[in-house]
Formats: sequence, structure tokens, C-alpha cells
Amino acid sequence: MPAEALKCKECREEYELGATYVCEHCFGPLEVSYDYSALDDPAELRRKIQAGPPSIWRYLDFLPFDGRPRTGIDAGFTPLIRSERLAERLGVGEVWVKNDAANPTHSFKDRVVNVAVAKARELGFDVVACASTGNLANAVAAHAAAAGLDSYVFVPADLEEQKILATGVYGTRLVAVRGNYDDVNRLCTELSAEHPWAFVNVNLRPYYAEGSKTLAFEVAEQLGFELPDRVVSPVASGSLFTKIARGFEEWLDLGIIEGSLPAFHGAQAEGCSPVAQAFEAGHDICRPVRPDTIAKSLAIGNPADGVFALEVARRTGGSIDSVADAEVVEGIRLLAETTGIFTETAGGVTTAVLAKLAQRGDIGADDRVVLYITGDGLKTLDAVRDIVTPYEVEPAVDSFAETVPVAGGERV
Amino acid sequence: MGVTVKIPAQLRALTANEAEAEVEAGSVGEALEAVYERYDGLRDRITEDGELRRFVNVYVGGEDIRFGDGLDTPVSDGDEITILPAVAGG
Repeated sequence: MPAEALKCKECREEYELGATYVCEHCFGPLEVSYDYSALDDPAELRRKIQAGPPSIWRYLDFLPFDGRPRTGIDAGFTPLIRSERLAERLGVGEVWVKNDAANPTHSFKDRVVNVAVAKARELGFDVVACASTGNLANAVAAHAAAAGLDSYVFVPADLEEQKILATGVYGTRLVAVRGNYDDVNRLCTELSAEHPWAFVNVNLRPYYAEGSKTLAFEVAEQLGFELPDRVVSPVASGSLFTKIARGFEEWLDLGIIEGSLPAFHGAQAEGCSPVAQAFEAGHDICRPVRPDTIAKSLAIGNPADGVFALEVARRTGGSIDSVADAEVVEGIRLLAETTGIFTETAGGVTTAVLAKLAQRGDIGADDRVVLYITGDGLKTLDAVRDIVTPYEVEPAVDSFAETVPVAGGERV
Repeated sequence: MGVTVKIPAQLRALTANEAEAEVEAGSVGEALEAVYERYDGLRDRITEDGELRRFVNVYVGGEDIRFGDGLDTPVSDGDEITILPAVAGG
């Protein structure tokens, strides 16, 4: 069995594999630790992965389960697309877009929830729950429905309507909390002590977070078991960013891939940038902020994994940058116009930070960059309402000719 | 009526399973001191070198004390102080 214990990331104290998430000695977060000593044949591991199912479960050997768990809807195996048009526009070498909007509920959260709900069932829970900025809400409600589990989903009351509706439709108990995400998170941390529920991102968080490693595995596999030179990923709590690094590191240790860790570039919105601010100031802890940004899925003012995200960015020669809301909208438009991928505000943040890095000259002409797009634009339509105006015409050729400009000099 | 300090589930083994402690205090720091005095072992779990450990969050009336004056944040009778582990979200 490769998963052997839960280990404190602060003081290394070990705990049994159960529904626990915090070290009793120092309050540090717990993380799954593995004994990979039996996985000693990289060529065989690569073959086994390639023969696996088209989902995150092809990476089962590196997830905290003894065998393939019973699941409802499966996440992963999303496209990695090379975009020459985006690379050209930015003047950088290679840009590869990992389109994780192509998941069952249209964000990368399907990965972590796929793992967490499977673990909840294995541990005997009847009820799953979460504190969410929206994408996690969609995923928990859907995966719980597919698994036949009851669910409670807690979100900030001012969340985008699309995310509220696309959660409630699955028949969950949707709770809109009058407060911001950090208030929701605090409430759920308190509730998790009072109810025997599997809060996927509280008491099941050590397992939940493991699901994000598959975003590293998948990119490496799709690049032919090679590493990119740089990755650009959004940073909210810091968990995804940190776990992508962990995924690459595990495969490097096992010899499945060779080379060194890419430079990790994190992306935040200026209106909620506690990690970017700490990076800039050279601090190793993040001072909490009150979020005020259109990128609501990244609006975590008190990011518990921020310290680890800072550490990853610094030791890989990366960075954590922030962009203004106007740049976020431009980022959404840039990605859509050059790749045909419509992303939500978080993806706008990530694309805008890529553009900023390119402009600053941080990306070399021969660098291969992977851009992590974590959610679908249909989830945050308000963001683009002001930049889209259709031509309105009568159903007549003349009206069309008078109103709509001619493309490419062609006669209409 | 004093100030109520809510003990997180992870530390209740040290408080004979008490979920709350009522203390007399004028600041968050004083309130926590009073709780440390009452229950052996709590101080080392919550603080290191006299500072709050970095994964410990403390709230007064739901407001993170880092938005106030930290341990100097004033409290008065009827206030509720909550100690919780920092948890990443999503």
C-alpha cells in the first residue's frame, strides 16, 4: 500500500490515515505520505499509466487508495493544447494550454472532489460537505449526487448566479452564507467539529488536495513524459499550486520523468493578492486581506497554503504576480481570441499574468510554458458582458451590408 | 459575564472536553493567558516562542484578529473569541 500515513507539514508528526486534517501538536496541516519503494521500474510505470483509464484514475498508484475506488463521475484527462497564436501574440517560445474547464462540472475541482468523495465513501461517511468559492460547490453537489450521498454546500451569498444555479440543480442543501469566503471557511471549520460529515476541504483535505497532483502528472504525460520549463497557475488557497509541484517532484523522484522542477509562476487578482504581496515584500507568511475582485473563485483572503506557495515559487525561480480586474477581462479575451478557449475570471487572471511575465521579459524565447486554465467562462458571464456587443440588423441583405463591417476586404 | 473563549475540537483533550472557557480579560492576549493558566499544555499547542503558531487563527466575533491589533485587540464582557486551525479552501 503506497499511502502509509498522514504527516504534519510543519513538524513532521505522523498520524493514521483517517478523517483528520490538523496536527494536534502544532496545528500544522496534514498531508498524505507514501511509501513508493515498490515502484522501482519507471518504464513499467509509464506503460501502466498509458494503459490506464482516461481519467485521473490512470494515476491510481500515486493517489491514497489501496485499489480503484468506486466512483460516479470521473475527472481528468483534459486537453493540453499548444497555441502558436497565443505564443506569437506574447512573443514567447511555446505556450501549452491545459484546459481543465473540460471536466464534468467545468473546473479542476472535479479532480479533488473525485478523490475526496471516493475517500468519504471508503471511510464510511453518509454526508459530504464543503466551503466553496463556487467551482468546488458545483463539483461536490454533482459528485455527491452521482454517489447517492447527501450533501451540504456552503458558499458566500454574493456568488455568481451561474455558480449558485449550477450547484443547486444537483439537489444539494445549498447554504448561502452572508459573508465572504473566509467567513464561510471559518463557519465550516467550526461545523466540521460538530457534525459527522466529510467536509471535503476541511477534515478530508489531506486526500482532497492529492487530486491536484494529477494536473502535474497529466501535463507531464501529455508532453511525452517531459517537463515544461515554466508553469503559470492561479493561486487562491495555494493548495493547487503547491500540489502541482509535488506531483512533478514525485515523478522526478521515481524516475518517470527527468530534469528539474519548472519555474512556478503564481497568479492572483490585485483585489485579493495576499500571496503576491508577501512574495513582493520578501515575507514568508501571508497577511490576510479582505477580497475585492471579480475573480471570485480566487477570492480567499486568508490562504492557509500561502506559505507553501511562496516557498515553491522562490525555490523554483518563479514568482507570484497579481493583475487588476481590467487586465483579468483582457486576459479572458486574449485566451478566447487566440485559442478558442473561453475561461472564467480565474483563467483571465492566469492568462493576464502570463502576458505580464512575457512583457517583463521573464520568459525566454525558447521556453516551454504551460498555462493552467482551471474553469469555464460560462461560470462568470458578467465579466465579459461589457466587452461583447452584437450587430443588430433587420433580416435583409441591405441592412446587413449597411451595419456590419466587411472582413478581410471581401465584398459582401 | 466575562469573555468566552471557544476551544477547537483538536485541543479539547486538554480541557476535559470543555468546548468553551469563560474568562475575565481586556484583550485577546489576556484572555488566552487566562485559558493557558487554567489548562496545562494549551500554551505550547497554540504558541511558539510567545507568538501564535502560524497555522493558528484567532477571531473575535468572527473577525480575524490580524485585521485588528493582533493579541492586543481589545475585548469586553460578552465577546466571543474563537481559536481555529487555518484551513485552505477552494
